[in-house]
Amino acid sequence: MTTETLIWLIPLPPVLAFFLIVLLTNKSKALSHTVAVGAAFLSWLGSMIVFFRALGVEHLGEHPFESSINWLPTGDTWFKIGILIDPLGAVTLFFVSITIFMIFLYSIGYHNYGQPEGDHDHKGLPPHGATVTDEHGHKHVVPSVEPMYSRFFAFLSLFAFGMYLLVVSDNLLTLFVGWEIMGLCSYLLIGFWYAKPSARDAAVKAFMTTRVGDVFMLLGIAYLYSVTGTLTFREIFNENTLHLLTETQSGVLGLSVAGLIGLLLFIGTIGKSAQFPLHVWLPDAMEGPTPVSAMIHAATMVSAGVYAVLRMFPLTSLDLTTMSVIAFIGAFTALFAATIAVAQNDIKRVLAYSTISQLGYMIAALGIGAYVAAAFHLITHAFFKALLFLGSGSVIHGMEHGVLHTGNHSVDPQNMFNMGGLRKKMPITFWTFLIGGFALSGFPLITAGFWSKDEILADAWGHHHYAVFITLALAAFLTAFYTMRQITLTFLGEPRTEEAKHAQETPWTMIVPLLVLSFFAVTSGWVGIPEHFPVLGGLIPNWFHEFVGSTLAEHPEAVEFNPIPLLTSFVVALTGLFFGWLAYRNVKSVSDDKLQIPLLKNKYYFDEIYDFLFVRPAYWFAEKIVYNLTDKRLIDGFLHIFGPATDRIGAVLRNYIDLPIINQFFGDGSANLTHWFGGKLRFIQTGRIQQYLMLALVMFVVIGAALYFFLLA
Amino acid sequence: MTFIDTHLLSLILFLPALAAVIMLFLPREENALLRWFAFGASLIPFLLSLVLWFRFNPGQPGFQFEENYPWYPAIGSTLHLGVDGLSLTMVLLTTLLTPLSILASFSITDRVKTYMILFLLLETGMLGVFMALDLLIFFVFWEVGLVPMYFLINQWGSANRNYASMKFMIYTMGGSLGLLLAVQLLGVLFGTYDLLALYQRWTSLDPASTLLGMSAFTVKRIAFWAFVIAFAIKVPVWPFHTWLPDAHTEAPTAGSMILAGVLLKLGAYGFLRLVLPLYPLEAKIFAGALAFLATAAIVFGAFGSFAQTDFKRLVAYSSVNHMGFVMLGVAAAAFAVGTNDTDARIALNGAILQMFNHGLSAAGMFFLVGVIYERTHTRNLDDFGGLFPLVPVYGGILIFTSMASLGLPGLNGFISEFLVVRGAFGVGVNSAPAMAIYTSVAMLGLLFTGAYILKGIRKVLHGPLNERWAHGEHKLTEINMREIVVMAPLMVLILWIGLYPAWILQVINKVVIMPF
Repeated sequence: MTTETLIWLIPLPPVLAFFLIVLLTNKSKALSHTVAVGAAFLSWLGSMIVFFRALGVEHLGEHPFESSINWLPTGDTWFKIGILIDPLGAVTLFFVSITIFMIFLYSIGYHNYGQPEGDHDHKGLPPHGATVTDEHGHKHVVPSVEPMYSRFFAFLSLFAFGMYLLVVSDNLLTLFVGWEIMGLCSYLLIGFWYAKPSARDAAVKAFMTTRVGDVFMLLGIAYLYSVTGTLTFREIFNENTLHLLTETQSGVLGLSVAGLIGLLLFIGTIGKSAQFPLHVWLPDAMEGPTPVSAMIHAATMVSAGVYAVLRMFPLTSLDLTTMSVIAFIGAFTALFAATIAVAQNDIKRVLAYSTISQLGYMIAALGIGAYVAAAFHLITHAFFKALLFLGSGSVIHGMEHGVLHTGNHSVDPQNMFNMGGLRKKMPITFWTFLIGGFALSGFPLITAGFWSKDEILADAWGHHHYAVFITLALAAFLTAFYTMRQITLTFLGEPRTEEAKHAQETPWTMIVPLLVLSFFAVTSGWVGIPEHFPVLGGLIPNWFHEFVGSTLAEHPEAVEFNPIPLLTSFVVALTGLFFGWLAYRNVKSVSDDKLQIPLLKNKYYFDEIYDFLFVRPAYWFAEKIVYNLTDKRLIDGFLHIFGPATDRIGAVLRNYIDLPIINQFFGDGSANLTHWFGGKLRFIQTGRIQQYLMLALVMFVVIGAALYFFLLA
Repeated sequence: MTFIDTHLLSLILFLPALAAVIMLFLPREENALLRWFAFGASLIPFLLSLVLWFRFNPGQPGFQFEENYPWYPAIGSTLHLGVDGLSLTMVLLTTLLTPLSILASFSITDRVKTYMILFLLLETGMLGVFMALDLLIFFVFWEVGLVPMYFLINQWGSANRNYASMKFMIYTMGGSLGLLLAVQLLGVLFGTYDLLALYQRWTSLDPASTLLGMSAFTVKRIAFWAFVIAFAIKVPVWPFHTWLPDAHTEAPTAGSMILAGVLLKLGAYGFLRLVLPLYPLEAKIFAGALAFLATAAIVFGAFGSFAQTDFKRLVAYSSVNHMGFVMLGVAAAAFAVGTNDTDARIALNGAILQMFNHGLSAAGMFFLVGVIYERTHTRNLDDFGGLFPLVPVYGGILIFTSMASLGLPGLNGFISEFLVVRGAFGVGVNSAPAMAIYTSVAMLGLLFTGAYILKGIRKVLHGPLNERWAHGEHKLTEINMREIVVMAPLMVLILWIGLYPAWILQVINKVVIMPF
């Protein structure tokens, strides 16, 4: 099979799995997950083959795998769609396929496959556990299988399809198609337990917030298509087109056309990658089952936002204003989200804010032109963040075990203050989580996160973006701090609740993905060690920079080595971790935590502010202004004039014309006149012949006289 | 087969009416017989239009399958029928939706005979408009379609049906008054109502010449507005839209399906068939105003829908929003006449495809609202809630169709909306900056399309279960096989056009190349 054909086929298995499960196998849990995991495996296999074939191609950047077909007739020409795998696409395919496959596998265990049906489980609500009686007649409450197990795998498959489609696209339109399909899936999966009002509202919030970005992006796509006549990446990125885009003024905000289009497309990313000010949906997205969080936060959706900016980099990098906006948004988000993460108590919400913050890193890196560093961090982050989410899911799963054991359902299995000491109960989860956490903090030299984060900092320093550098360094300190806070509260010390004491390690389908992802959370950093790094530099060639950098027409220069950013990386990571441990090692309850600051806990009140500024005015405008005032009162009010007015005109015609003039005057009048006249004439109808003759004579004389007078005279 | 070849259009057009006449003689009490007869009778035109579709040659310019019969020789009007890519898609839509609507009406038990007869007459009326190549015939069928729909709403509608049917009837007739005068004006001037002749002679009139004591310029302006207002009411263009929520909401389910699916298209079809080719200059001058109104329809339609508490009314308002995109495409094309062909073609492609797509998704949405209304006897969104576990199949179908209506990429609505947005924006960038602004503002409507669609799903399917529907006599039953059969063709087409739109766009594309 040619590589091109294979690339066309990669997105297909998951979408076929989706339709298979929905239409045929949804009654059987085993069949459904087999179909879904099998499809994820096939796509993974295809991706790996493509990836390794791509490695073997020289100058893949200039001669990528590509092929296209006619799709839409537009006047005399066709709009073509197709596939493209260049170095960026290849590495993205690599991490996407691995994380997706692992998440699929993990979901089997997470949704308690093989466990009995719950006693009171309802579709649309998380499973509550089932009572089983063992051979000694003891009753135990054990986790129960998810009631909508098959549906979960169907949605997850569609989600995977969206991401694969996005990655292999050679044009913005199909990229957008994949982008929106993921939007739908995130809606369906965040709201998977739709009977919970919080999950339902979170789903709507996620869809609507990202859609704000999407409509701007669509406008950007339409704009780009109008100006260049194409949406295919490699056609847009030729020198003439780019030159034209830079030279033409858009007439908006003094931006060039390239700048404005870049900005519009970037707003799409702000939504999808949850950057300030559209970040509000992502923490709420934690309402979905944990594999979904991993899917959204690591493997697919938020990465898609960064991927889109990477894709459009040759265009966006043309305009300095746009780049400054991107850098600002990224750096600000990185710090801003990190400060919120410090005060969260829900194990998943900490990770959610850390995702926002880490995505800010990538965006900031792109804003300062550090293309390769951004791509690098995208990949390492995908691995360790998927690991952390799946790890947190494992923790929650273990805690739920404890909750079922004690039967005290008031204990929130996601609140870190209910945990503690889990390292003994869940050793594999602990060690893998530790690896993920250290990678996130940028623990020096070993972890992948260190290398990618260091490269961003080095780029910022090397290109004299000191404001970005300082912001990101501060954020890195906070990252290490809240990560260690999380690890300390969850795993270290002694159990703070009865439930934590009875937590249990999770089954193998959940453990294997953790192990695989930990491997990549460490090693994926080693492919990008800078050449001039002391001691380690040059041991392994800086393959990543060479390979991914060659995607761009102009190969980006690696920054010169400088000890200042390196030392900064070291210091912020280690001190952050240390202080995180120091501050929380003896914390017994929430009241001991000094960082429970209302402003931070309430996420700077953004939800409330948006509700006040946008949501409620939208309802008010729709209901009061558009519907009640405009349609009902003004337009219908105007129309309703016609009915009564017609009545009124009719009444006037009848009362003042028909009745008095036509009926009474002419109608009745003529009758009355005839009657009256007849009455008068009666007197001559006497019946006497003499009188008649007399009258005839008189008439004869009268008529004769008249004739004589008029005719002869 | 030669008879079929030469009379294909008239067969499609008059078979429903013939079936209606035959139904007069069927026994009144035999509901099953009446239903199946009507359904079968409406399938024949559908099969014939499939024949038409496959025999149609998209590459051949002009009209095909033309038929011409003397009708009113004294004033020069003939029964002239013909189809091009535009009317062909509309004919297919009509003949597809009619059997589905009849199948959807199998639950009607009240005066089935009359109901079905009206439906079949309605089909002939609508098809006539799409096939007519004679202005007078166009007008006749335009009015013929009104009458059955009036009675369907008035007799089989829900609570407020008298008001709604009256508003629908009077409003549309008010619009057609001007149309009738303008049609007659053209007929009197040229001694013929034949469209092909009028295309030539009317557009080549010297504006400085005098007609009927006025300058040709003024006469054209008057006739232009008469056409525009009639069609604008039918589409409906904001602010002529308020009849629509009432009529759609009060009509019986199948009536709403046809109203939204086909009748609204008559207005848009009028713009494309008559206004743009007959009045290119006037259309260009007033394109800005039209684009403004289209944008208003998109934005206010979305907000209006978002404000509703009645499920059916929410769907009804969505039609205003979606037809706004058709009009935006028309306005863009009007703007671009003679300046930038590519943008105009893309916009028109989008507008025509949007007509077809909206026919599918709106009919589907109205039907789904009808399915749940039949079972619960309420349309109030607050009365539902959490129904998904009770009716998983229905829920899945509802989400699918809603997403088509929302314009989710991968489904049909996205393709047409994207083409319209692209065409309109292209016109904005390349020739008329105002269009770029209108298109940008229309994005706000697109955003709120999402808001109202999600509001519908959220209120009906999601959230805590309203126990009222879970047990006992009110227990909600799952969508049945007949209802799935109604939805299946719509869903298949929605997905098919979304994934590979070329099969239908090729037919449409050829026709939009030709007038420009």
